Amino acid sequence: MVTDNLQPAIEVKNLDRYFGPIHAVRDISFSINQGEVLGFLGPNGAGKSTTMKMITGFLEPSGGTVNVNGYNVVEEPIKVKKAIGYLPEGAPSYGEMRVRDFLLFVAEIRGLTGSNKSQRVDEVIKEINLDGVVNQSIETLSKGYKRRVGVAQSILHDPEILIMDEPTDGLDPNQKHEVRNLIQDMSKNKAIIISTHILEEVDAVCTRAIIIAKGKLLFDGTPQELRSKSSNNDIDDAFRNITTGNEGA
Amino acid sequence: MNNIIAILKRELYGYFATPVAYVFIVIFLFLSGLFTFYMGGFYERNQADLMAFFSFHPILYLFLIPAISMRLWSEERKSGTIELILTLPVTTMDAVIGKFLAAWVFAGVALALTFPIWITVNYLGDPDNTVILASYIGSFLMAGGFLAIGSCISALTKSQVIAFVISVVICFLFYVSGTPIVLNFFTGWAPQAVVNAVSAMSVLSHADSIQKGIIDIRDIIYFAVLIAFWLYANVITIEAKKAG
Repeated sequence: MVTDNLQPAIEVKNLDRYFGPIHAVRDISFSINQGEVLGFLGPNGAGKSTTMKMITGFLEPSGGTVNVNGYNVVEEPIKVKKAIGYLPEGAPSYGEMRVRDFLLFVAEIRGLTGSNKSQRVDEVIKEINLDGVVNQSIETLSKGYKRRVGVAQSILHDPEILIMDEPTDGLDPNQKHEVRNLIQDMSKNKAIIISTHILEEVDAVCTRAIIIAKGKLLFDGTPQELRSKSSNNDIDDAFRNITTGNEGA
Repeated sequence: MNNIIAILKRELYGYFATPVAYVFIVIFLFLSGLFTFYMGGFYERNQADLMAFFSFHPILYLFLIPAISMRLWSEERKSGTIELILTLPVTTMDAVIGKFLAAWVFAGVALALTFPIWITVNYLGDPDNTVILASYIGSFLMAGGFLAIGSCISALTKSQVIAFVISVVICFLFYVSGTPIVLNFFTGWAPQAVVNAVSAMSVLSHADSIQKGIIDIRDIIYFAVLIAFWLYANVITIEAKKAG
């Protein structure tokens, strides 16, 4: 089910978040539609993860609103969470569980039952190339496999909206390539947000990029527009210009 | 309801996929046997009942129940899986209840595995089995009360050690709240109604009457309220942490 274009998949308005005295997210607004892949860029500690945590309902905003498919995340958290697939930072999972059992658990919570459930889990296991490790407990897996289990868990229910916090962190170049291909394949009928430190990734998969630094939104545009922010059309230079330039000003 | 069951199953899976369950059950059975035969004087009493067995349960639970409950939420917070579970389409209430029930079922399994003592006493004499059944129910309810306290406390901290220590202290206070240790603190300055209320909160007195074989509806209500209150506090704690 693709929602009509009248209503953005995610609409973030004037989002604020404090952790005690620290103002982690400052007045951030943006929206994203089906079919878009939004890259979240920014230095460490910029507020990327905090923003994602607020969209997915793990943290409550100190101010501002998040609407997902028109539902306010604070008022109707379950409807929002049903629509979203989320890979949290570090891809946490229950280490003592076997890969397949873990995915079955998430599928069950996602409302899949009976043969549908095991069928879908097997499908995703194939898609993410987890075949070799399905009966291993997650804590015995390498970092790359753990990350892939996290990715698998987030797409089990074929969500309309996918939010991934550093999905390619800790993967080797081949695995990175696979995950990027996967994201691209899924992007047609989903709204996707990924955060990353790898700027080439933005070029490879994103249709739009947002740069956040020190909690503020500094750039919102296409990767091409981002490039044009530097004199030599280099995306790394553009990133540095935006994130350090504003700091001095 | 389905979500509660899914979470309960996963939680139990967690107990039995790690040594936690086996270590706990073995230690529980070993200590309860030790207490019954050496300190309780099971044989010396020369009576066909299980008083020697049940009278040490409160002490045992005071330390062993927080050892189960300390991991309920602390571990999720530490490993980051709390972010996973709270962004799945489950209410915080469902998650709290599912996890609590898993811990309670687990404690129930450990308690049920003490059945050889029941067989022993039936072999040696002719005990009143309805009293024994009531005692088991009372013991199970007390475990539930302590688990609810411990579950709430473990939601407050990332550290299982802190969760354990604070849970032991609070369980202890609830356990002794009918005794002079706590009542003397209130008498003299607090109104008699407060003193009575504190006294009525004692786990000891409620568990005692059930263990003697008297199942009074007021005792059942007491434990139901105790569990509901702490689980509700558990939900509030988790929600409050979201808002920071």
